[in-house]
Amino acid sequence: MEPIIRVENLIHTYGLNTPFCRSAVDGVNMEIYKGEFLGVIGHTGSGKSTLIQHLNGLLQPTSGTIYLGGRDIWAEPKKIRDVRFRVGLVFQYPEYQLFEETVYKDIAFGPKNMGLDEKEVDRRVRSALAFAGLGEELLDKSPFDLSGGQKRRVAIAGVIAMEPEVLILDEPSAGLDPAGRKSLLGNIRAYHRQTGATVVMVSHSMDEVAENVDRIVVLANAGVVMSGTPHEVFSRAQELIDVGLNVPQVTQVAMALARQGVEIDPAVYTVADLRRALNGLKGGRSGC
Amino acid sequence: MTEIIQTKQLVFAYPAEEGAAAVNALDGVDLTIEQGSFTVILGHNGSGKSTLAKHMNAVLLPGGGTVWVDGMDTKDESLLLEIRRQVGMVFQNPDNQIVANVVEEDVAFGPENLGVPTEEIQERVGAALRTVGMDAFSLHAPHKLSGGQKQRIAIAGVIAMEPACIVMDESTAMLDPCGRREVLDTVRRLNRVKGMTIVLITHHMDEAAMADRVVVMDSGKVVMDGPPREILVRMEDLRAIGLDVPHTVELLRGLREDGFDVPLSALSVEECAQAIIQSL
Repeated sequence: MEPIIRVENLIHTYGLNTPFCRSAVDGVNMEIYKGEFLGVIGHTGSGKSTLIQHLNGLLQPTSGTIYLGGRDIWAEPKKIRDVRFRVGLVFQYPEYQLFEETVYKDIAFGPKNMGLDEKEVDRRVRSALAFAGLGEELLDKSPFDLSGGQKRRVAIAGVIAMEPEVLILDEPSAGLDPAGRKSLLGNIRAYHRQTGATVVMVSHSMDEVAENVDRIVVLANAGVVMSGTPHEVFSRAQELIDVGLNVPQVTQVAMALARQGVEIDPAVYTVADLRRALNGLKGGRSGC
Repeated sequence: MTEIIQTKQLVFAYPAEEGAAAVNALDGVDLTIEQGSFTVILGHNGSGKSTLAKHMNAVLLPGGGTVWVDGMDTKDESLLLEIRRQVGMVFQNPDNQIVANVVEEDVAFGPENLGVPTEEIQERVGAALRTVGMDAFSLHAPHKLSGGQKQRIAIAGVIAMEPACIVMDESTAMLDPCGRREVLDTVRRLNRVKGMTIVLITHHMDEAAMADRVVVMDSGKVVMDGPPREILVRMEDLRAIGLDVPHTVELLRGLREDGFDVPLSALSVEECAQAIIQSL
């Protein structure tokens, strides 16, 4: 299956030919498949922000290639803008990018720049607003009068309104409280399910990633150190800990149990799964 | 036990938009923080926890009621310097707290402004950096450090003023797990080893588990107050106000329902694992 995005031997060096020369991304190869929900995790400084800015052509590779739908995105540099309509990127703390007079105009900015007609722009604004979990009564308000959480959702709506084939979100729940986090991630999951878009979520919270994604790519020190399903990745929990990442709390409990001789798979990562595994054990014992 | 911070019927409202009614961000808060304690203040976004934190060293002044720091009324302008010397604050954004190009100059900023003699400043800066584990970076540029390192420099800058109490206003919100661990370990050490009073404002439930006392806020009021083992197990109550319980508690709840004989308050990973093993 041809991946929707393929990253081949990507190197990005900041400060080339200066004393501050540093490759933030140093030979990354990865694939993103159509329709999947992918989690990208890495500590601060692992290269993840640099990497995702390559996926929609905001940064140009020092060397290496980015393929979108099988074609090199830099083959025709003058058309790089089109890539940004197909691959939408929501930065961390996106509320800082709001600038228009009204919520409507801010969300409409992207679709308008795509050259769509008024009717289509309107449809997209309302649809994106709904996906972001906001009500139409906010459309005429100034974005700056909204709460932080609402601003964030408006910013996300502004990217969704372009109906990108690939939606990339950099730490979407950073700074949100538990309820806000649950709610927003629910909206993102629903968006993924209902539109079939490919979604890439960058995070350093293992718990968040574990509960939501189909597959995980782990970045450390400017390279990919492992990739696989959540189960495959959490089976290598010690390696994750060694590169400065944490492991879901549930997995830590399972690991502690396994270390003390309890017969369970330590790569368990949801409360429900661990509960089921322990019930299975107990059931077995009382059956003796 | 001395009270280092005390609030009585504290009320505060931010200025409202034209035509809108002002909403009380703090709606009658009575709180006492004992010297040497480690208190976590939990609450959803908008609960008033950061507003409360900012009253603790007179960044904000009460709209109604009173706040005392070591017996000093925060509304008394003549006592401001002494109040800020007693209670230091570390804010959320590591980048917003850097004022100098060199780490040791940044840490010296506070004591300099307090009029501490030069030789003593040097001693304090050295000691503060050692306490936060950043003495190897004393000549580095602060803006080139990681988030966790920057926050530790911010903490050092506060310690150098030798306060009785440090208030940390969501200081780990912008950090990755590594950075968070570094900052929390530093803070725990300050409390356990140096006896410094800590007030930690957060919405991370795992940080609450390490406190002596958890105060929960909702809509400008204190709604729960007690040790972590009592507060962090109240799943329905916490979820109703936009918070959650640690995953360990959720797991233990579920196992209890399944017939396992486990306590609900084994909050940490180790305690939780032990409790499960004993019940098998």
